[in-house]
Amino acid sequence: MVRVDGTGSDTSLIRIRGLDKTYRRGDEVIHVLQGLNLDVEKGEFVAFMGPSGSGKTTLLNLLGGLDMPSRGSISVAGDEITHMSAGKLTQWRARHVGFIFQMYNLLPVLTAFQNVELPLLLTNLSRAERRQHVDAALEIVGLADRSDHYPRQLSGGQEQRVAIARAIVADPTFLLCDEPTGDLDRKSADEILDLLTRLCREHGKTILMVSHDPLAADRAGAVLHLNKGALVEAQGVGGPA
Amino acid sequence: MKYLRFLRVNLFRKKIRTGLTIGSFAIAMLLFGLLVIVRFAFNQGVEVAGADRLIVMNRVTFIEPLPLSYRDRIAALPGIKSVTYATWFGGTYQDPKNFFPQFAVDVDTWREMYPEYLVPDPQWKAFVDDRQAAIAGEGTAKRFGWKIGDRIPIQGTIFTGNWQFNLVGIYTGARPKDDTTQFWFHYDYLNETLKQEKLRYWIDNPGWYIVKLANPDDAVTLVKKIDQTFANSSAETKTDTEQAFAQSFVKQTGNIELIILVIGSIVFFTLLLVTGNTMAISVRERTGELAILKAIGFSDRFILFFVLAESISIALIGGALGIGVAAGLAKLAMAYGNPLAAVLPLLYLPPDQMVVGIGVALAVGGLAGLLPALTASRLKVVDALRRV
Repeated sequence: MVRVDGTGSDTSLIRIRGLDKTYRRGDEVIHVLQGLNLDVEKGEFVAFMGPSGSGKTTLLNLLGGLDMPSRGSISVAGDEITHMSAGKLTQWRARHVGFIFQMYNLLPVLTAFQNVELPLLLTNLSRAERRQHVDAALEIVGLADRSDHYPRQLSGGQEQRVAIARAIVADPTFLLCDEPTGDLDRKSADEILDLLTRLCREHGKTILMVSHDPLAADRAGAVLHLNKGALVEAQGVGGPA
Repeated sequence: MKYLRFLRVNLFRKKIRTGLTIGSFAIAMLLFGLLVIVRFAFNQGVEVAGADRLIVMNRVTFIEPLPLSYRDRIAALPGIKSVTYATWFGGTYQDPKNFFPQFAVDVDTWREMYPEYLVPDPQWKAFVDDRQAAIAGEGTAKRFGWKIGDRIPIQGTIFTGNWQFNLVGIYTGARPKDDTTQFWFHYDYLNETLKQEKLRYWIDNPGWYIVKLANPDDAVTLVKKIDQTFANSSAETKTDTEQAFAQSFVKQTGNIELIILVIGSIVFFTLLLVTGNTMAISVRERTGELAILKAIGFSDRFILFFVLAESISIALIGGALGIGVAAGLAKLAMAYGNPLAAVLPLLYLPPDQMVVGIGVALAVGGLAGLLPALTASRLKVVDALRRV
């Protein structure tokens, strides 16, 4: 169960306490996130919604170890990431986080197979083992027959599925999805959402997704609404918002 | 190894741009190679000079001869292993522009003095046995298409007239850098002809002596001793190590080193700017991709080395190409009789200079890639992704 009142158990997969993020613009201090608490258990599908500038993507970046909070703590599977050095954080990301972006962000010079293989290059797996993992990931996203295609030879939906395969190939602790359907037509968006739902339900993946799309949010077990850096509404959570 | 494929596809993602940058390196390194070949051609004598040999010449000027009687007096000095002598003939073959070095040499001592010049025994015996015999270096033989048994007419300029020689041997160099453009014939043939023509100035007066030392460490002492021996005589001597002697010739043609250094520096500085600019554009275009790599878990150091590896690979491919073409051109020219023989007798790119060239190319590649690589490695993922 997702909790936002700071009362989650110590066994929560993701545990956020008193998270603040501020930026300075000249003399002005901008509070992007203010005093956020969140507990997410393994296998949850959480959606973050809110208007532009509400802090959704900043929260995702902090959860992914791409940015550092101004105050507060984030721990994932017992690892306190807010005090990690940049080098340690990079290693941590490789092991624990699968990123899925709105614009897919595949490398255009690599085939679907090679794009999916990228995170595995950071492991000690042999070439044969890497091939096995990549084939399995492409099979899950339904693109086993497109492994030799370059991104330009794929549709937007297919590109995003390759991106999802890349995100899951190293079996990360959780997936961070930043507007995964934002650049897709309805049909392709539904296919991607079906896939994410399946990953959560059948493969037990923990997913945290930012989206503007209410239909996308409907797929999530918990929906958290942010505004001006604070949680203003929560559905499907275990405590009051 | 697992990153090689990734490196290769990134390198050739913009084939024309990469090709042009590699081409810039190749042309710069070709130029470097050609400059080294020219430098070597001028310095060849210095490069091959024997550490254990001294040259004894007339103090007044190199073209003044020395008495033949000096031979025994030099040989008698302690620390001298052997002595030979030669005279510069200065003739041309068929056409005044067909110039090459001809020496009238002492047949009994010449071969021992220069073991780096290889002459098969039967050919040397034929040379010793025939007073009109001559031996040519394989470079000159190739240049004029001579073969053993040919009758070679040489037009004398210092010793005027049409001189005829029987080519009985062709020598090769023990090392690729050895001079194979010389032409040797009997000093006695020259001396006796001069006696018949009563050219007294040159009779029994060879051009210079070459002295082999028992111990090269004694060079400084023996240089002084030889010159002291002939001090206050009618023909005082000036003795030098063979290297210093060769260097004095190079200096007469101007400061080749400086010219090469200036041209080389300009070329490499330009190359640095061109490659640096290319790498900077390449990194800027890939900001998003590099950010993704970092987000996935590739470290800052990996990104740094990855961009550097691209830059260095371009340098390596271009450098090897340019150096290879320069070495190939030199080989080709020598194989086809060296059309530049009159000015640059030996066209050769020494392997150590090829290594230096590749090293310089790699250094330029590394330097050019350093700033873009640092920029890429310091990229903040969040900022970069916001720009995508």
